[in-house]
Amino acid sequence: MTDTAPRELPLQELDEVIIRFAGDSGDGMQLTGDQFTSISAALGNDLATLPEFPAEIRAPQGTLAGVSAFQVRISDFAITTPGDAPTVLVAMNPAALKAQLPNLVQGGAIIINTDAFSEKNLEKAGYESNPLEDGSLDGYRSYPVPMSQITRDAVAEHGVKPRDAERSKNFFALGLISWMYTRPVEPTMEFIGTKFRGKELVIKANEAAFHAGYNFGETAELFESHYEIKPAELPKGEYTNVNGNTAIAWGCAAAGQLARLPVFLGSYPITPASDILHDLSELKHFGVRTFQAEDEIAAAASAVGAAFGGALAFTTTSGPGVALKGETLGLAVSLELPLVVIDIQRGGPSTGLPTKPEQADLLMAMYGRHSESPMPIVAPKSPADCFNAAIEACRIALRYRTPVMLLSDGYLATSSEPWLLPDIDSLPDIGVDFHTGFNGTNEDGDGIFLPYLRDSETLARPWAIPGTPDLMHRIGGIEKEDESGNISYDPANHQKMIDLRAAKIEGIDVPDVEVAGDPDADFCMLGWGSTWGAIDAAVDRLQAAGKKVAHVHLTHLNPFPKNLGEVLSKFETVICPEMNAGQLVDLVRAKYLLDVKPVNKMNGVPFTTAEIESAALQAIEAS
Amino acid sequence: MTDTSTRTEPADWATDQEVRWCPGCGDYSILTAMRMLMPELEVDRENTVFVSGIGCAARFPYYMNTYGMHGIHGRAPAIATGLAMARPDLDVWVIGGDGDMMSIGGNHLIHALRRNVNLNILLFNNMIYGLTKGQFSPTSEVGKVTKSSPMGSLDSPFNPMSVALGAEASFVARTHDMDRQHMMEMFRRAHDHKGASIVEVFQNCNVFNDGAWEGITKKGNRDSNLISLEHGKPVKFGADGEFGVVIDNGTAKVVSVADVGESALLVHDETKPDPSTAFMLSRLSRGPFEPTPIGVFRAVERIEYATSSTAQLAMAQNDKGAGDLSSLLRSRGTWQV
Ligand SMILES: Cc1ncc(C[n+]2csc(CCOP(=O)(O)OP(=O)(O)O)c2C)c(N)n1
Ligand code: SF4
Ligand SMILES: [Mg+2]
Repeated sequence: MTDTAPRELPLQELDEVIIRFAGDSGDGMQLTGDQFTSISAALGNDLATLPEFPAEIRAPQGTLAGVSAFQVRISDFAITTPGDAPTVLVAMNPAALKAQLPNLVQGGAIIINTDAFSEKNLEKAGYESNPLEDGSLDGYRSYPVPMSQITRDAVAEHGVKPRDAERSKNFFALGLISWMYTRPVEPTMEFIGTKFRGKELVIKANEAAFHAGYNFGETAELFESHYEIKPAELPKGEYTNVNGNTAIAWGCAAAGQLARLPVFLGSYPITPASDILHDLSELKHFGVRTFQAEDEIAAAASAVGAAFGGALAFTTTSGPGVALKGETLGLAVSLELPLVVIDIQRGGPSTGLPTKPEQADLLMAMYGRHSESPMPIVAPKSPADCFNAAIEACRIALRYRTPVMLLSDGYLATSSEPWLLPDIDSLPDIGVDFHTGFNGTNEDGDGIFLPYLRDSETLARPWAIPGTPDLMHRIGGIEKEDESGNISYDPANHQKMIDLRAAKIEGIDVPDVEVAGDPDADFCMLGWGSTWGAIDAAVDRLQAAGKKVAHVHLTHLNPFPKNLGEVLSKFETVICPEMNAGQLVDLVRAKYLLDVKPVNKMNGVPFTTAEIESAALQAIEAS
Repeated sequence: MTDTSTRTEPADWATDQEVRWCPGCGDYSILTAMRMLMPELEVDRENTVFVSGIGCAARFPYYMNTYGMHGIHGRAPAIATGLAMARPDLDVWVIGGDGDMMSIGGNHLIHALRRNVNLNILLFNNMIYGLTKGQFSPTSEVGKVTKSSPMGSLDSPFNPMSVALGAEASFVARTHDMDRQHMMEMFRRAHDHKGASIVEVFQNCNVFNDGAWEGITKKGNRDSNLISLEHGKPVKFGADGEFGVVIDNGTAKVVSVADVGESALLVHDETKPDPSTAFMLSRLSRGPFEPTPIGVFRAVERIEYATSSTAQLAMAQNDKGAGDLSSLLRSRGTWQV
């Protein structure tokens, strides 16, 4: 670095870049990634993000277990995934380099904080020799940058102590990357000002570090060029960047307004679902009441109680919690009260991989209660779609007076995408009326209330809440007589009630599936939940390569759309990529006797587009 | 309660459902006490809810002409917590047995008590699992011989009053199924208390644990073995008040009044903020064979849970204005394309 005058570097245009910021959990990588995402969103790029957190809260500093990463993909075209593999890696320490290098594409760029490569840190990361010197990075474009030192120098003039100065090095990295991808400076200055309001020294230090990074790119003779990624052609309108858990929380609050009901959430903290509890706890001004229960059973039970009282009730959790709630959900099935159960699926069995996604709770959602206790299942396909899926789950719960399972996963929970904000007035009215009058007569001709007299169209029973004069009634988990709801052990009645409960769920008005891609193809990919993005991207690639491919995506897993069997039977070959051992495949085979082929992955990492593309090519070849 | 409500009769609180407890079961007299009390409370049936778990005791809601939910084993306090939070306007009663509330649902019970949710919890303690036909329960005495403990049970029993006081319940009382007036009084006090109230009812299961409480509740034994706690009065019992209770070195002890003198006796103060003395009283008796206190152990004022929750909602609305969906969706920044 000899020349300090700005150099005129060539500006190269890219259609996309996938950057992964990686560092120790204390290095502020999530903040850095988030801010880079915000600036890029404002520039009009399409984008998708994928944060990766360590499972331990305070993993030892500098170790592999403590690496925190944030992947962001920005593009000038519409995308549906955060990208298979990063093309740029920002490695703040040896552990980050070691953990993330295998993910980087061959020939990818690595921007390295060389100051962190001390003997001690190398040892903590398990390096026997220094990868910066031993040829480990051959085949990549590596850019060694003494980030800590330059940051310290840059902030020194503001009177920041050297130890505190270290903390600003993520802003140095952000400045450097902002320069590389020609992002504006101003939004980050604003962000720093708001984020650290009241802490003048921190604001100064971060600003200085950011500028130092930005100027370093410009002045150091290290980089051959910098890049530009033009805005993507996206539908016009107002966008926000949202992750799946926040979109669910907002969907729950929205559903309360759309149904004109107070929202109640009973929940017990569990990764990766806790953020929904946190977000909803912030929405008290929406009349949202959150209750942190003593366990998942109480969480579900309190929601059942609230639903009986006339609230729009939710319970949020992950797989282990769903297992605990099972008996209570059976009660809700029997009581026929509206309730939305939100399962953010994570790796199992048991504690499994708390921070990693899986789609392996599908059969538990479907069958995880004793006896015949059918429950509708709705699954969002992308972070922003979580908003719609939450409202849809509420619509079904209210209209049919049933518990509904909303199946998201750890991938959707934390990854984010731009969301074209809906027109509030276009959201569906999902309100239902409480029952307020008699609906039958006794032998004497007096009016009576029959709590299990069903609506002829939906088979839903009346929802009469305490406080309603004259409609006092008792409901419970014991089998009850059709219509009157009185306890009944009569064999024929039990058969009838089993049949009625099944018919009610089977009759839910689920929209038909649509075929994406090429409807005339012989080959189809069937998916549900978060695999949508990767399958969609793979379909694009296959079509670009001249293959005929169809894509059927399921949002409703119980009941299935009425046309599903017919649609799938038209294809010669159907494969089904799922992050489980073949659970949707089992359901589809059992129901339609169709030989759908499983494509399974359960290593805690979502499918890449390339993996799905190659599975599709294999299947096409084999057919 | 509305001004226009006409006074009800006990029969108005009965449903048309046939009561299915075994003939002679103590649950009948509890039901009668409840139906007789209701008109006196001057509350409306539609604003009253009985929530229960599973067990013989838990059938109770079916027999009360109010709103009701027969839930699942042990979970009634949790169900009722959700209901009471969503609907602070209701009178919510929770009914369960000793197995329901002290075993499978023990966790929910102590948490409902510590939170001080506005519930009236009645624990029908027959020291046995009735509905499942007679296994020992968490309140059965050590050595209880049942089908599941042919050589005697090994478990030390819970004392429900000690458990409730340990959870710092704000209203803790005890009564028994042989004294309707006392039951009605305790239920009334529980109802009038704002917050979580728990009333343990010594209840006879004449099929699987007949006479379990006789040592203290039978007419001839009451004088010598039932200590009726009365607020502001010295704790005394016996046919002529010849026995009393003192606190000696952190322990409640039965003494002869003649020996210690009236002034040495413990004067019962149910409103004492510290639950320690009430706890000592709850430890006085090891079982239904020695002097055992009934009545109100503790009745203190403490902020009620749903009230606090509602206050937070109001405060949030006050600070942020009523929730607006459109601004919520824009709360994390937006951009135009
Ligand atoms: C999850 C579950 N486990 C077990 C049972 C079986 N069960 C029903 S009632 C009961 C115990 C009843 O004892 P208690 O609560 O003391 O009530 P009692 O019948 O004595 O009034 C048991 C074990 C059940 N219904 N549900
Ligand atoms: S089994 Fe015991 S508790 Fe149950 S109804 Fe019969 S007598 Fe009552
Ligand atoms: Mg019992």
